[in-house]
Amino acid sequence: MTAPETTAAPTPSPAPTAAALALGDDALVLSHRLGEWAGHAPVLEEEVALANIALDLLGQARLLLSMAGDEDDLAYLREERAFRNLQLVEQENGDFAHTIVRQLYFSTYQHLLYAELAAGAGPFAPLAAKAVKEVAYHRDHAEQWALRLGDGTAESHERTRRASEALWRFTGEMFQPVEGVDVDWKGMEAAWLASVGEVLRRATLTVPEGPRTGAWAAGAGRQGLHTESFGRMLAEMQHLHRSHPGASW
Amino acid sequence: MTNTDWPLWEVFVRSRRGLSHTHAGSLHAPDAELALRNARDLYTRRGEGVSIWVVPSSAVTASSPDEKDPFFEPSADKPYRHPTFYEIPEGVKHL
Repeated sequence: MTAPETTAAPTPSPAPTAAALALGDDALVLSHRLGEWAGHAPVLEEEVALANIALDLLGQARLLLSMAGDEDDLAYLREERAFRNLQLVEQENGDFAHTIVRQLYFSTYQHLLYAELAAGAGPFAPLAAKAVKEVAYHRDHAEQWALRLGDGTAESHERTRRASEALWRFTGEMFQPVEGVDVDWKGMEAAWLASVGEVLRRATLTVPEGPRTGAWAAGAGRQGLHTESFGRMLAEMQHLHRSHPGASW
Repeated sequence: MTNTDWPLWEVFVRSRRGLSHTHAGSLHAPDAELALRNARDLYTRRGEGVSIWVVPSSAVTASSPDEKDPFFEPSADKPYRHPTFYEIPEGVKHL
């Protein structure tokens, strides 16, 4: 598709900083959470799989945060209130089912989001076009595990059910429009509900009935309000850089 | 790491079109679909492959180390089985 250029190529609009922060923080925080499994995963093979996903997300975070400023300063020197990630991604790992359901909820959202961004012409299109393939695999990994855990033993079913319900109230926040991200949020939410609902049903689970939006739902991460455990996670993530500013090896 | 009763799988990776699948290693997985995905994560992270096979290790019949001599020794003293008695014409590079 090459249209004859009649005028000078338009200079690409600078990436909206707030949007780059929101998407970058999602990737950074979930990457760190997944990294916490290192040395603790139920089996070695799964540990490598989770670390792979974490590294994909870290790569996305670096590109996105670099659009908003200095990546190290943004990752290591911001206070809790300055982070713009969804509350979903900062939730603690819990048991393996909890981690998988969190990943299912988030990767399904991220896949839909990046597919739409990749098809557009905005400042995030090049990054999304590359990342959408990585995220497709994250989504597949989470779906495969959700099916096996939900439709597995009585205990794995129960743990997966508990996780799907506990995390449900964090999922409404994903579809609050982010300024500077030009996608069809309503359409994405419908696609997300259809896809996640289908996976849960195939996993012999029921779609949780709790609220996803409104007063009883959670989610103000995009406004800088975070849940209790996020502060501890940040402390661990940032302490080395804060103790030894500029350290390298 | 707790014990797992997941079966063992042998992984074969084809690195390029035209080459054959080569044994890359083995891994544990609960079923074939997840074995494929684990193999992808463990053995093709650096662009090593275009195709993966996974085979239950229990389906592999291996020659026994005890039978090594009757199996392999008779071929050791038959140099005429090796095409080493031909003069290679000049200019032939790939032989």
